[in-house]
Amino acid sequence: MTLEPGRPRPEPTPETKHFWEGTKNGKLLLQRCGDTGRAYFPPRPFSPYTGTRNVEVFEASGRATLHSYVIHHRPVPGFKPPYAIAVVELEEGPRMMTNIVDCAQTPEALVLDMPLEVAFTKMDDDITLALFRPAKGA
Amino acid sequence: MIRPGEIAIVGAAESTRIGAVPDMAQIMLHADAALNAMADAGLKPSDIDGVACVGPMMPQQIAHYLGITPKWVDGTGVGGCSFMLHVRHAAAAIHAGYAKTILITHGESGKSRVNATPRPPEPQSLQGQFEMPFGPMGPPTLFPIPVLRYMKTYGVTHEHLAQVAVVQREWAGKNPRAAFKDPITVADVLNSKMIAYPFRLLQCCLVTDGGGALILTSADRAKDFPQKPVYILGSGESVETTMVSQMEDFTSSRAFRVAGPEAFRMAGLKHEDVDHLMIYDAFAHLPLYGLEDLGFVKRGEAKDFIWEGNTRPGGKLPLNTNGGGLSYTHTGMYGMFALQESVRQVRGVAPAQVPDVTISVCHGVGGMFSASGTVVLSNERP
Repeated sequence: MTLEPGRPRPEPTPETKHFWEGTKNGKLLLQRCGDTGRAYFPPRPFSPYTGTRNVEVFEASGRATLHSYVIHHRPVPGFKPPYAIAVVELEEGPRMMTNIVDCAQTPEALVLDMPLEVAFTKMDDDITLALFRPAKGA
Repeated sequence: MIRPGEIAIVGAAESTRIGAVPDMAQIMLHADAALNAMADAGLKPSDIDGVACVGPMMPQQIAHYLGITPKWVDGTGVGGCSFMLHVRHAAAAIHAGYAKTILITHGESGKSRVNATPRPPEPQSLQGQFEMPFGPMGPPTLFPIPVLRYMKTYGVTHEHLAQVAVVQREWAGKNPRAAFKDPITVADVLNSKMIAYPFRLLQCCLVTDGGGALILTSADRAKDFPQKPVYILGSGESVETTMVSQMEDFTSSRAFRVAGPEAFRMAGLKHEDVDHLMIYDAFAHLPLYGLEDLGFVKRGEAKDFIWEGNTRPGGKLPLNTNGGGLSYTHTGMYGMFALQESVRQVRGVAPAQVPDVTISVCHGVGGMFSASGTVVLSNERP
């Protein structure tokens, strides 16, 4: 799918650059705490669990479930209402905000805990967003 | 250690008008409320030696505008509960001897936007990178994000969430200054315009202009002021995250669970001691989260507690008795108005006065479950 123009554009910082490089290359990159092995998000070069700088970047599976959402009914530049603003829970544990594509934007179609998969969606040459869609074969 | 009742509120007032006040810039809403609070306490600007208000560069703006030379300032800005934190910090400062008489002000031209603070998240901030690209447009799209998870976990229905607005309108009907006073039903709420499913217009707060101010001093000095002192028995504060998508538990606020119990601990308070309760209601789910996270009911029980009428006029735990952010007023940072109502209730001068209030708990939220502050007030010094 293509995005409508006008959507707020994220600007990577040195601490998040790898994440945005990842989505551009079709990879969902998370980080893992070297002390506990737990994954975390959003990106930072140390662990929010123990403070260790011993962390590693790894590629997530892209599988997630729908944790919660709202369906916004008012106009916003870059979006056609009604549209869902969702939070998904990744298989690896962290949650992230996203939109759900290839799916009706209704409470009937958007069922909590439904399985989802990542749908990388290009915004421009540098930025690709990690959106999600209902998992195939689910 | 600061003791319960050692510090008191001796001046409290809102701006002369609230609602639509397009003829006042934001800074004047601060000043109008501050002048009213000083009149309430019988003080002049030269009597004030400490100033607190929300945000960077604000204490100097307000101190200079009012002609105050402070020796203590606090610009803590964690959203709409900042004033609960200001009360807590001011009490500590007076206890420490940093200042004697502290003024806390709020002014916000939320509706008319005269000299209003711009607040777009920076595209390089974490919210700018990891929330804004997905279409949130202000609090109505962000604050309700956890609600569907809460509903599924505890079997909360749309009717339960509508009832919150119905009960608060009942209180507002008794308050001449409330923006909305006409009674509403659950059906009215569920037929109002859809804003961000699951929430409709009547489950979202107002957007208004207004201000409020408080003046604190030591309890020993407080008895020389014209108003009956309102003693601070305890307080608590915490923060969690600016990103609602990253809150630990979508069915409970960690910041609430830290701030609330700390205030109860400091005050030596049991839940059955509480006569009156304010829980910042930017949206209809907040009183439910607040009742549970402060421990008035167990997790998942708030829906029935409100449905059964416990928080309405005549109920055993009167809640949001000014009508709340849903029906009274909401400038953007409503916490100051919740504190004003708690002060009125313990002074015994509220429009919808609850009989025999000795202890009021006032609980605030900042951002979208981002921060929290709790203050326990009483007309009796322990």
